[in-house]
Amino acid sequence: MGRNLLTLTGLALCFGTIAQAEVALNIGYLKVFQPQPPTLSNLDPEPEDIGLAGALTGLDDNATTGRFLGHTYTLTDAILEEGDDTLAAAADLLAQTPFLIIDAPAKTLLTIADLPQAEDALIFNAASGDVSLRRDACRANMLHTVPSDAMRTDALAQMFVKKRWDDLVMIAGTHAGDLAYANAMRASLTKFGLELNAEKTWAFDADMRRAAAQEVPLFTQEFGDYDVLVVADELQDFGRYILYNTWEARPVAGSEGLTAVTWSPVIEQWGAAQLQNRFEEAHGRDMTSRDYAAWAAVRSLGEAVTRTDAGDLTILRSYILSDDFELAGFKGRPLTYRDWNGQLRQPIAIAHPRALVAQAPLEGFLHQTNELDTLGLDRPESNCEAFE
Amino acid sequence: MIRSATLICGFLVSPVWAGEIWVTNEKDDTVSVISTETLEVIQTYPTGERPRGITFSKDFSRVYICASDSDAVQVMDPNTGEILHNLPSGEDPEQFVLHPNDRHLYIANEDDAITTVVDTETRKVIAQIDVGVEPEGMAVSPDGKIAITTSETTNMAHWIDTETQELFANTLVDSRPRHAEFVAGGSQMWVSSEIGGTITVFNVEDQSEIAKIDFEVQGVHPDRVQPVGFEFTADETTAFVALGPSNHIAVVNAETFEVEDYILVGRRVWHMDFNGDKSQLFTTNGVSGDVTVIDVASRTALKTIKVGRFPWGAAYRPTE
Repeated sequence: MGRNLLTLTGLALCFGTIAQAEVALNIGYLKVFQPQPPTLSNLDPEPEDIGLAGALTGLDDNATTGRFLGHTYTLTDAILEEGDDTLAAAADLLAQTPFLIIDAPAKTLLTIADLPQAEDALIFNAASGDVSLRRDACRANMLHTVPSDAMRTDALAQMFVKKRWDDLVMIAGTHAGDLAYANAMRASLTKFGLELNAEKTWAFDADMRRAAAQEVPLFTQEFGDYDVLVVADELQDFGRYILYNTWEARPVAGSEGLTAVTWSPVIEQWGAAQLQNRFEEAHGRDMTSRDYAAWAAVRSLGEAVTRTDAGDLTILRSYILSDDFELAGFKGRPLTYRDWNGQLRQPIAIAHPRALVAQAPLEGFLHQTNELDTLGLDRPESNCEAFE
Repeated sequence: MIRSATLICGFLVSPVWAGEIWVTNEKDDTVSVISTETLEVIQTYPTGERPRGITFSKDFSRVYICASDSDAVQVMDPNTGEILHNLPSGEDPEQFVLHPNDRHLYIANEDDAITTVVDTETRKVIAQIDVGVEPEGMAVSPDGKIAITTSETTNMAHWIDTETQELFANTLVDSRPRHAEFVAGGSQMWVSSEIGGTITVFNVEDQSEIAKIDFEVQGVHPDRVQPVGFEFTADETTAFVALGPSNHIAVVNAETFEVEDYILVGRRVWHMDFNGDKSQLFTTNGVSGDVTVIDVASRTALKTIKVGRFPWGAAYRPTE
């Protein structure tokens, strides 16, 4: 278990400070490494500091603003390996601060949120897209800066409708993440009036680096003709070998090919180039979706402190969930939180590795209050009661 | 070539207002020069990488261009298009303002959270001032005593005392402030907030907020109504405000702070400048890659002029 105390203090007095209260906000960051099953390719190892790097860039942004206001921010992190005592580490962090950003699976998140010490805490889920956390398993002390799986699959479904790609087939892997994604995709297609015409499960154990050109055409031949092949491969195991190997020459979307993501290095509009530059300079790599989710959590707290001039849990939580809150998140629209389940409303990028193709909500998908609520669980669809 | 073009134009229209609008094309690394008489592009000059802010020296003999990705402010001879030299600008200069002394450029260094002050004569940096994250909007008061930097992610207007080159106040505004201007003889300072969707009007004397202007374009979701650049008519009674991806210019009564009109222009309208007698307004439309010409009196769009990719800044110079 590694633990550091990272401090960024502004020299408030030197910067013509507005006469305001001194606030020193400590934010806890807890990450539980999830064991990765072996994948067919090891081309893209996950960066060690994924998530944490985003939190640190957010902390930097907060500190720069804070120095003009007499507000200081610190981050206390706890990075755990599988098998470490997660609850003890969480309790330890909660003894230091009520503000906790967590990068962990849904089950771990819930056990932490249900700790007695977490009753008066504000937890940000910055990694799990699990839809149930935004529905019946929601918690009043938990907000979500990472989009739910449903927000991402809704984004793709809007794209399919828009492009009139309505003849769809899907290949899903067998890992829990693949199944959850496939479920979310099925629900999204139903929501937008589409359906899957065929589904297959990927359970090969051959080495696709060598055999993809032989196996994938045969495997996809049975689909016959279709518009788009959806791939549910959230571990990025086999999906990369599907592209350009299908029997029919058709686009691939889902976990591979055309993807719907929180963040991507190809986003440069809406001032995003500046955030990308800042991140790259500090961490020597591209900013990922999980970095963005952690960044958004730290910045949400920073924005609330800036506007309320307070560091108090109750004040910050109610401000973050209020109509006054808005986060400039480099996505072209103000980001706000859904007050029925704590999900951060945000546009979803539809991108391939080299360019942004579209941004959901797509034009024409209307909503009575906020177009962003066409993505994910809208108020009537979420049976979360914790926020009432 | 440019001289012969303007000469011909001079015969056609009253020479008093013969002039040009210079437009930086962010993704073409060029400036397009538009004749305010013929409303056509008469010249295109290469610049450094990602040109954005553009302004002329007081006598119009020099044009300064922020070449953001070249990390330089370029000084160009507007009669020949020749780059004379680069000024040290700090990293990623985005936008700047020329002090009334015609010497000091106040430059926002977007990637560095710094405002750099450069002496254009000695070509030396005379000060660097720490400001908020992503400084962008720049303004200087008519008496030259105050310079303003707005920072996009910190969401503040930073007030700089130009004598000491130090901050003397920081005022919060709504999300992503983009542009600042002094008006009413320097007694008011306006700041646009792109994501907040507002303009905040400050009383310069005590930096207090006088008014907040909201915008509402019919048929466009409020999230997409994003005020960016703005300019005032000659009598300063009316402001024209670019509303970004809503593709409209708002016409604001600068006395009552009420919005009187909306004018449809090109896509993602960004910055603007007037012709010589301020009878026409030229707006840069980033996404559609063109410039819309607006007749100020009738508040109607007259013409669209194709320029380079992602036109960003606009600046006027007289040619007679």
